[in-house]
Amino acid sequence: MEVLKIATAGSVDDGKSTLIGRLLYDTKSLTSDKLEAIERSSKQKGYDYLDFSLATDGLVAEREQGITIDVAHIYFSTATKSYIIADTPGHVEYTRNMVTGASTSQVAIVLIDARHGVIEQTYRHFFINNLLRIKDVIVTINKMDLVDFSEEKYNQIKADFQNLVTKSDYEDQQITFIPVSALKGDNVVEKSNKMDWYKGQTLLEHLEKIDTADIYNRGRTRFPVQYVIRPKTEEYHDYRGYAGKVYGGDINVGDEVMVLPSETKTKVKEIYFYDKKYQSAARRSSVTLTLENDVNVSRGDMIVKVGELPKIEKKLTATISWMDAKELVPGAKYTLQHGVNKVLAKVSAINNKINPDYSGIETGVSSLKMNDIASVSFQLNKPIFFDAFKEHRTNGAFILIDSQSNNTAGVGFIE
Amino acid sequence: MTDKIQINALENEAIYIFREVAAQFEKPVLLFSGGKDSITLVRLAQKAFHPAKIPFPLMHIDTGHNFPETIEFRDRLVEELGLELIIRNVQDSIDQGKVKEESGRYSSRNMLQTTTLLDAIEEFKFDACIGGARRDEEKARAKERIFSVRDDFGQWDERNQRPELFDMLNGQIDFGQNVRVFPISNWTELDVWTYIERENLEIPSIYFSHPRETFVRDGLIWSASEFVYKDEEEEVEERIVRFRTVGDMSCTAAVASYATTISEVVAEIRDSSISERGARIDDKRSEAAMEERKQQGYF
Repeated sequence: MEVLKIATAGSVDDGKSTLIGRLLYDTKSLTSDKLEAIERSSKQKGYDYLDFSLATDGLVAEREQGITIDVAHIYFSTATKSYIIADTPGHVEYTRNMVTGASTSQVAIVLIDARHGVIEQTYRHFFINNLLRIKDVIVTINKMDLVDFSEEKYNQIKADFQNLVTKSDYEDQQITFIPVSALKGDNVVEKSNKMDWYKGQTLLEHLEKIDTADIYNRGRTRFPVQYVIRPKTEEYHDYRGYAGKVYGGDINVGDEVMVLPSETKTKVKEIYFYDKKYQSAARRSSVTLTLENDVNVSRGDMIVKVGELPKIEKKLTATISWMDAKELVPGAKYTLQHGVNKVLAKVSAINNKINPDYSGIETGVSSLKMNDIASVSFQLNKPIFFDAFKEHRTNGAFILIDSQSNNTAGVGFIE
Repeated sequence: MTDKIQINALENEAIYIFREVAAQFEKPVLLFSGGKDSITLVRLAQKAFHPAKIPFPLMHIDTGHNFPETIEFRDRLVEELGLELIIRNVQDSIDQGKVKEESGRYSSRNMLQTTTLLDAIEEFKFDACIGGARRDEEKARAKERIFSVRDDFGQWDERNQRPELFDMLNGQIDFGQNVRVFPISNWTELDVWTYIERENLEIPSIYFSHPRETFVRDGLIWSASEFVYKDEEEEVEERIVRFRTVGDMSCTAAVASYATTISEVVAEIRDSSISERGARIDDKRSEAAMEERKQQGYF
């Protein structure tokens, strides 16, 4: 079964929870005990509609305050796909949660309240979807029932949003507009009979059509070695398997490869997935490789195809989304985790802060606070093997770990 | 040699997580209950490390109130696969006076497992405990990380969790802390069942339809057993049932079912209108029952 991960972001009142609830309800993914619980809670609160947010807000603090604090994961499936929604809060103080939710997603839903149109928050959501190179963005213009299902209103919002798109540098991004009423169920799963002027697909129809195998542009093959398998049994006495996940493109038996950082050349001898051998491994598969020559390979090393070298450098500049309460300052040291490889990194300069609403940059910034986004330069103690994030969504990202608290303090997208 | 690998995104994600555990931690352990989720974990671990053996032991926190079919199954699986199994008993924690047996209508040893688990973690100095919890099971679990850090007291600080970006897992901890790892976080109940069907995995017989002495309370079907409290007026009757989830006898309700094969079970789950945890008596205690238990160190 195919899996599609979707990021949603929104505020309390733009109807995001209702939209998710509608998707669950109309795909018959809400079981009767969950539905009963929602009915019970809605009634208790005196609502005359079903408050689907109760199905998604999992923590006590969230239910008390009526807001989504963290990333919640919601699951539903159809006959063809399994869907995972990473639902995050939309306020500026939750930028880090939005970045986190978007990082594990392949598709984003941006919600717009038809009464209010494109607002500051819409800018931020779209900015984050651009920053994280989310290829398929679905703009759902919600609450169409409250604007009399007006085509004019829809067209105006669409034009405003397209104006925003011109500020983006991500040309391959596909943007789809869908007018919906999550509360009444129009164009979410079922086609609306009140908006004959809209000839496009419903939200679910659009999701169903997305090819999960091809949601990202292909990149060069990168195989970071996660773990070395040495069974040391009679049968596999000399076996040395390099376990890892294939990123970017395929890898095949016989491919001429280079191991980094040693720059030793060899060939792929075998590809194992569990107890079977294969001729080829596609990207995203977790396999085990054996190599023709007896080379020294350990965790954190990277196997690449000859002629497709990544950058191998001790200096880099990245767009950082800061996530820690402790501020980032020049001179500070962190553990930089790039995929499965760890090095030490020192902040050499904060170049500028980027306003996540396309209003430009701020220079002369002395520190980064939680939820800030900025261009930062680093000096590393050892070179890492990377690509620019825009060219390689996996090999261009890293996290920064605070060595005192061990917290994941930020994420970087290499420029 | 086959040409192309059939990609199952969830399976590949889980294998990746298992390898991260083996690489990042010194003393991992796989928590094994003999239920379908932990059976799935064992297969995924085999796939992650083949042709080497699974590089960590299994551990069962035994409440003493398990279904005998599950225990039989557990021992056979461990024997067949040549795995190392550690067993720690809730009864011992009770005998040592560390926890008190609950009494009354809804008494269960489910809560008591936490103490036994935390003691075992300390005894063996485990730094990573792999479990089969899934985010779709329960709303507090929907917020759980794949690597979930617990402090020296085993507690979950749900308001202050590490963000998990892309597939990078940060397993850095201080001495004394441990991480709970959930490789099948993103699987649904149906995903687990279809995987068991595809992999042709053996599971305990109580997952299939069988006649059983039961009684009905609060609309749920309870097993009549010496471990389950029962009022005089609650009438025992033989019913045709199966279990959708396998925990302690005192906290797992049965469902009426005629499904005798995996494919019948899969078909039944597909059509089911009740969630899996709907048959967990431990979750019915309050809306925040799971969150509270997790804060104390429960899975």
